[in-house]
Amino acid sequence: MDALFTQMFLGALFFGAITAAVPLLLAGLGEQMSEKAGVLNIGIEGMMIAGAYFGFLTAYQAESIWLGFIGGAAAGLAVALVMALLCVRLGLNQIVIGIGLTLGLEGLTALLHHIQFSRTYPRLPAPQILEIPLLADIPVIGPALFKHHPMVYLSVALVFVMIFLYRRTQFGLNLQAAGDKPAALDVAGVDVATTRTVAVLATGALAGIGGAYLANVGAGLFVPFITNGAGFLGIVLAMLARGRPMWVLFGALLFGVSLALTTALQVAGINIPTDVIQMIPFLAVIVMLVVFGRRSSLPAALGIPYQRGER
Amino acid sequence: MTAGSPNSSADSSIAEPIVTLSGVTKRFPGVVANDDIDMAIRPGEVHVLLGENGAGKSTLIGLLSGLIAPDEGTIAIDGRATQIASPRHALALGIGTVFQHTMLVPTLTVAENLLLGEPWWRRPRKESLQRRIEDLSKSLGIEIDLDALAADLSLGEQQQVEILRALSRNSRVLILDESTSMLTPEGIEELGDLMRQLVKRGLAVVFITHKLKEAAAFGDRISVLKLGRKVGEISPDRFRSLDHDQLIAEFVEMMFGKRSGDPEDVVRSPHPELRDRQPLLSVSGLTLAPARGNPGLNDIAFDVRPGEILGIAGIDGNGQTQLARVLAGQQRADGGDIRFDGKPVTDWPVHARRDAGLRYLTDDRLGEGTVGSFPVSINLLLKQIGDPPFWRNGIEQTAAIDAHARDLIRQYDVRTPSEHTPIGRLSGGNIQKALLARELAEGAKAVIFNKPTYGLDLANTLATRSRIGDVAQSGKAVLLISTDLDELLALSDRIAVLSAGRIVGTVDNEPGARNAVGRLMGGLAA
Amino acid sequence: MSTDALQASDNPEPRPRAELLSALGHRILLTVGPILVSLIIAGLILVFVGVDPIKYYAYVLDRGLFSPSGIQQTLTRMAPMLFLAAGLIVAFRAGIWNLGVDGQFLLGAVTAAASAPLLVAVVPAWLAAVIAFVIAACVAMAWSLVPALLKAYHGVNEIITTLMMTFLGISLANVLVKLAFLDPNTTVPQTRTLPVEDRLPRLFDTTISSGLLLGLVAIIAVHILMTRTAFGLKLRTVGANPHAAIHAGLNVPRLTVAVFALSAGLAGLAGAVDIIGVQGNVRADWNPGYGLLVIPMVFLARFNGFAAIGFVLLLSVLSIGGESAARRLGVPNHFTLVLIATVLIVLAIVEYVDSRFLKKTRA
Repeated sequence: MDALFTQMFLGALFFGAITAAVPLLLAGLGEQMSEKAGVLNIGIEGMMIAGAYFGFLTAYQAESIWLGFIGGAAAGLAVALVMALLCVRLGLNQIVIGIGLTLGLEGLTALLHHIQFSRTYPRLPAPQILEIPLLADIPVIGPALFKHHPMVYLSVALVFVMIFLYRRTQFGLNLQAAGDKPAALDVAGVDVATTRTVAVLATGALAGIGGAYLANVGAGLFVPFITNGAGFLGIVLAMLARGRPMWVLFGALLFGVSLALTTALQVAGINIPTDVIQMIPFLAVIVMLVVFGRRSSLPAALGIPYQRGER
Repeated sequence: MTAGSPNSSADSSIAEPIVTLSGVTKRFPGVVANDDIDMAIRPGEVHVLLGENGAGKSTLIGLLSGLIAPDEGTIAIDGRATQIASPRHALALGIGTVFQHTMLVPTLTVAENLLLGEPWWRRPRKESLQRRIEDLSKSLGIEIDLDALAADLSLGEQQQVEILRALSRNSRVLILDESTSMLTPEGIEELGDLMRQLVKRGLAVVFITHKLKEAAAFGDRISVLKLGRKVGEISPDRFRSLDHDQLIAEFVEMMFGKRSGDPEDVVRSPHPELRDRQPLLSVSGLTLAPARGNPGLNDIAFDVRPGEILGIAGIDGNGQTQLARVLAGQQRADGGDIRFDGKPVTDWPVHARRDAGLRYLTDDRLGEGTVGSFPVSINLLLKQIGDPPFWRNGIEQTAAIDAHARDLIRQYDVRTPSEHTPIGRLSGGNIQKALLARELAEGAKAVIFNKPTYGLDLANTLATRSRIGDVAQSGKAVLLISTDLDELLALSDRIAVLSAGRIVGTVDNEPGARNAVGRLMGGLAA
Repeated sequence: MSTDALQASDNPEPRPRAELLSALGHRILLTVGPILVSLIIAGLILVFVGVDPIKYYAYVLDRGLFSPSGIQQTLTRMAPMLFLAAGLIVAFRAGIWNLGVDGQFLLGAVTAAASAPLLVAVVPAWLAAVIAFVIAACVAMAWSLVPALLKAYHGVNEIITTLMMTFLGISLANVLVKLAFLDPNTTVPQTRTLPVEDRLPRLFDTTISSGLLLGLVAIIAVHILMTRTAFGLKLRTVGANPHAAIHAGLNVPRLTVAVFALSAGLAGLAGAVDIIGVQGNVRADWNPGYGLLVIPMVFLARFNGFAAIGFVLLLSVLSIGGESAARRLGVPNHFTLVLIATVLIVLAIVEYVDSRFLKKTRA
């Protein structure tokens, strides 16, 4: 391979990796917050697909990708509200409700899409790109890393916001207490259900934005089942990262690279089946778990509804 | 520091109460936990709530700390009827509670735990906290590392943190729920001094206990609860006029309706003839690496002879549970030998040791001793799953299982609606009886009791102790692990003191043993 | 997470027959009522998209339950779902959240599809089927080994590992179909096709695959295993209180591996029964995703094998009827997902209200 070809290959790879990583990053960061607060949010896939559909619908109708993100966040938030109501307030089984919401929203969005767009399959115009001055001029890496939709930079910034939130704010302490010892938080005078509800709602909004990004920026259109397990990947990332936002970023990039590798290899004219490449990140993570496998320190109260006065 | 009126303790009996309960009643399915309780909590007093388990003390605390709401009656704060809606509300009213089970988040530091409950939008203000806490702790003589992880503190330290937390929030009323159950004799003394300091500053302290001696030592005013009712109160004036023994006698009369000394004051008569017998259980060089939250085991060695009770004293968390688990086979030691009945059993699994006659009665009755959702009958056979005649070719023989259960239920007086009742619904005392039945069932030769009376009421405590005495009487070897010195003195032939995973000394149970054990626990030579 | 934490503890006490019957009636009422409510809610969605709900439901019922061909398809569809439900009951009762059944199912299906057509060339069809079943079960068990060992000996949470192994399994199944087991005689990427006459026999004169009987046997056997045997009790002990299991001297790691093996083996059999009974081959990118549908059914059945049969029937009627309605009435098949999700959520809510009500009346 000559130099120019290598450059193109790497450029496509990095660019694609980041595009693919953003929804995973958003979902992973969102799920991480729920889990920190003690809620296993299996409904995140449903929140994402709701965000993808309504994000696309808003962007298409309002002709604004930014409004699309708001629409996506609102849809994710709405689904999360149901989840919070049923699982946090009433204490229903988080796995049943999570899977129920996922199935229902996959069906509902596919149904609505069928009615509205099945004949037209409209596309959005290519999203605007924010070039970071100077940095974007670096050869190879510049265009790949610094010529993206602004949401990409915002999501990366979100990693640091989360680190700050968890380490340096009162709310971060509350989240951790809600996941590790909810009774202690309660007697300290902070409402556990409210803390968990806020966490689940934030998860919904982030997952919704992730879904909207997938449809509006990544694909430029909505197709049924577009999330294709991205939300579940978010759960995997959050559980592997165990409360550390930076690890979610690394994990999302790892999976992003493998998703992009398929396209990049096609650009390079190397024909390896998609499925083989898609297996790589999972294999890598599993090998990591086998080699470094140790007791995972998930929040003690993860998945357990809190009721005052029960010990 | 506090908003309370600066009354001195001398004229406290006339001080206006901060909290007044009148006619407070709380019902739970099947029981009246608090029945028409009247009580006043005044500044400058240590108000002792004395009662057995099930007397309604925990419910009363729940009511005062906003965890539960009364069905009838009113709670007045500063004379105004108030509904304490939540723990947050209770804190705002100046009622701080230190619960029996620690309420610190183990994964947060001490400082972060103290900051919990500040408005959520705020940055944690560690600097101002540090100043406040420093002042407070200096004046109270408490030393706390704010940057330590809560999980790394001893139980006593955790309790001090919780007291500091209550005080740093300007509590006027401090409720201490069974706060001495995890402390050393010195720790209990310190807590007593601390309470005295606090009431001098004008706080009201509510001290909950079931120990008569502590009530007599630390109280100003005593309320005695029995089966949800308040059966008596001793005012400060009267309290001061009685001496220790008179007080104890009065408590006993109120609680049990009979005049006698402290029923816990029993001393075991020595059995010198045991010395000559061959040891049944002998342990040498037993070692276990320290792990998070426990000090491991360090070169443990002892013998227990048939008919003998060897007590293991020590503050909770010094390796007692690890020792019991290693002996029972639940956990593998890193080194050392265990010989039982002449055979080396170091590498034997749990069931082989059990079959050979080595039994372990755990202190964690619901956590590991039983499966709460399973019926009593199955729990009685939990360590024999698959054994004939209860299972044949792996198939459950319901009739045999039920008959076995009914037999043991009768023999050990387990109060349960039926053998099919999920064991988690029984009271602690009855669960303990079921566990006794399971572990003492045929073939027992040596029994390890781990805190056998922890959390039991007096009646069940005494019944369990006499059962342990009978076990030794019948020629079995007993290893009695307990944090209750009175219990060890009442039952043991010899007492070994466990500290930081090491046996720091063994004393014969003869006059003076209390002092010797206390010194060993406190890190002094016997 | 323990089983209790997910509100799934159950331990039926033997009770007098009359009380048992009234409890059963109560349970049926609590199941049928919510289903009707869900039908109404989902019906509103149909009205919104411009379809007459009465007509739609009548059509679904007719095609899924009442028409001879419909009910036969429904019963045939139940077979793999029953195997999956059986596998999930074993795992969930033992407190292990095997969310990776879809991967185990697909790999079982692919290996059965790869081996059966080759086997019928050398041995009689029945023996070929048996061998293919065994291979499918073994492959699925082997696939669960990584999560099993990580859980048993390193305490790695099985939700993460099984989810990952499912993603990995779906990809691997595709790779196998496209590369290793590709039928050289077709242009479509798929495995060799098992001739119809070599598939599992049909029941009597119907089109119902005898896989249904195998599925029923499997789930009832699992129910008995879990409720009536020492082995089942050991597994339930591990699930309800792992600390008690250690205290009682059970070999928790070994039991954990056994649970994974059983659960995954049954999921692999589910794949085999679908291929050898019905499909005959595996096409590339085929993934019916039964697992995600069956998991909530098993929860609703409270891990009871007999109740699970009922819920699997319901699921099967809705999906078969829904597929027909999609073809005929133009309501996309996706509506079935909406309907199932509504049933699930409403049932969960009613269950909650009922338990609260019971608590109140008891007090």
